[in-house]
Amino acid sequence: MAPAITPAVRLRQVARRFLAPSGHLLSALEDFDLEIAEGEFCAIVGPTGCGKSTTLGLVAGLARPQAGEVELFGAPVTGIDRRVGFVFQQDALMPWRTVLNNVIAGPVFRGTARREAEATAREWLDRVGLKDFEASFPHQLSGGMRKRVALAQTFINGPKMLLMDEPFSALDVQTREMMQDELLSLWGQHQGAVLFVTHDLDEAVLMADKVAVLTARPARVKSLYPIDLPRPRHVGELRYDRHFIDIARQIADDLRVEVLKARATSAENRE
Amino acid sequence: MNEAAPPAAGAKAGLSAAELAARRKRLVIALRLAVLVVVLGGWEIGAATGLIDPFFFGRPSGIAVKLYSWITQGTAIGPLWLQVCVTMYEAILGFFIGAVLGVVCGIALGRNALLADIFSIYIKIGNSIPRIVLGSIFIVALGLGTPSKVALAVVMVFFVVFGNAFQGVLEADRAIIANARILGASNWQVTRHVVVPSALSWIMASLHVSFGFALIGAIVGEFLGASQGMGLLIATAQGTFDADGVFAAMIVIGVVALLAEALLTAIERRTAAWRLE
Repeated sequence: MAPAITPAVRLRQVARRFLAPSGHLLSALEDFDLEIAEGEFCAIVGPTGCGKSTTLGLVAGLARPQAGEVELFGAPVTGIDRRVGFVFQQDALMPWRTVLNNVIAGPVFRGTARREAEATAREWLDRVGLKDFEASFPHQLSGGMRKRVALAQTFINGPKMLLMDEPFSALDVQTREMMQDELLSLWGQHQGAVLFVTHDLDEAVLMADKVAVLTARPARVKSLYPIDLPRPRHVGELRYDRHFIDIARQIADDLRVEVLKARATSAENRE
Repeated sequence: MNEAAPPAAGAKAGLSAAELAARRKRLVIALRLAVLVVVLGGWEIGAATGLIDPFFFGRPSGIAVKLYSWITQGTAIGPLWLQVCVTMYEAILGFFIGAVLGVVCGIALGRNALLADIFSIYIKIGNSIPRIVLGSIFIVALGLGTPSKVALAVVMVFFVVFGNAFQGVLEADRAIIANARILGASNWQVTRHVVVPSALSWIMASLHVSFGFALIGAIVGEFLGASQGMGLLIATAQGTFDADGVFAAMIVIGVVALLAEALLTAIERRTAAWRLE
């Protein structure tokens, strides 16, 4: 049995560098340290283009670090792990498959019998409120509904570690709020760890147990803020809570410094 | 006189949108027929008055007579339907072999960067050769029978389908592929369930064009040397200075190509049911 203190994710002194088209090496991450406990909801915020999404790729096993260690439940990440789920920023549903066939994809890829997968998929579609849309194709649904399908598609695999890359950024404000509540309630029943990347600081504070502010590129964790707002949370009400506003303001000041720095460097590079 | 249902109460002045559309459609069809009549009539009159020499350019009535006699009495080299069947057989066989090879190679190279790097240069060279000249090699190597025509049709089809299948694989959405991999898809499952379906519209588009190419390959092959087929029919007519015969053969080929085109369109519609109309 693994000791209870083993975190879900541990990134230690991680570096990830790219070869830019211009020929020189670009550092997305340097000396990056982060730990997420089992069942913890951690949000990452940082200036645009600082390497937030890069961390997700590393944990998912889609990319390798050039230096440092990436560990998942105590073991180094060597490839795509079955315990990981990933919700993408873009639409990643298969447009040629119906909603139901999209949701069963995970279990069927992993060897579950189709009939059995369909039964589970229907339960998940019911849970995200899309019971009557199983035969629809993605293009027939609204953006919010497609995101729900993506959530069902991810949650059906029962991920212990859920990675989310600005999943709601393309949605309008009202839909986004609904999806945030929906995600919190799904997560509440399911209790995996979450690593949630967003550029929306309010979203991060409203949902997370812990917010990591990243520096401008090359990114590392500048500061960690535990968010002690009580759960269960209701995003729409919490938004006007005194305590929430205080926390958000404090982090916003911290973040602003980095955004300005990032802007200065990109202006420098342009010259 | 118009047989359409009486207009809605009080809508005397304005026609409904459907009626307007139907009216326009009738107008277009009438004008199309008029163009046909003018061209064919001009040709016929020109031939009758000696403005166009029917010996070199043929005449519509002569072509019609030729077609009729081919259908009722057969051609100089055998019954017309047999020539059509021979050419279609060669074209269809070449089309299938070329399309399957093109799709398989396109997907294999699209999914494997090393293979693509190795073979891309040869494919480029192969593609730059005017493929019709390969016909001579095929006749020499494979003889006057069916195989040389099929081979020419295959090379005509292969490069088009290959190019599109390859491009289709490269255009497959990266997010969808990454999503499928994280959901648990193996490399083969990614190919089978993500790459192939998303490349399918590219592949279908190429199949559409390439059936015409298969037909060209078969006909040119027959032209270069054969004992049966539409290409031989044209070559024979050409050899006897029978302009009407060349045109008649052209019409037969055109009809066959249009039918094949309609069939492919119907198949394409069915496979792309998920797409936005």
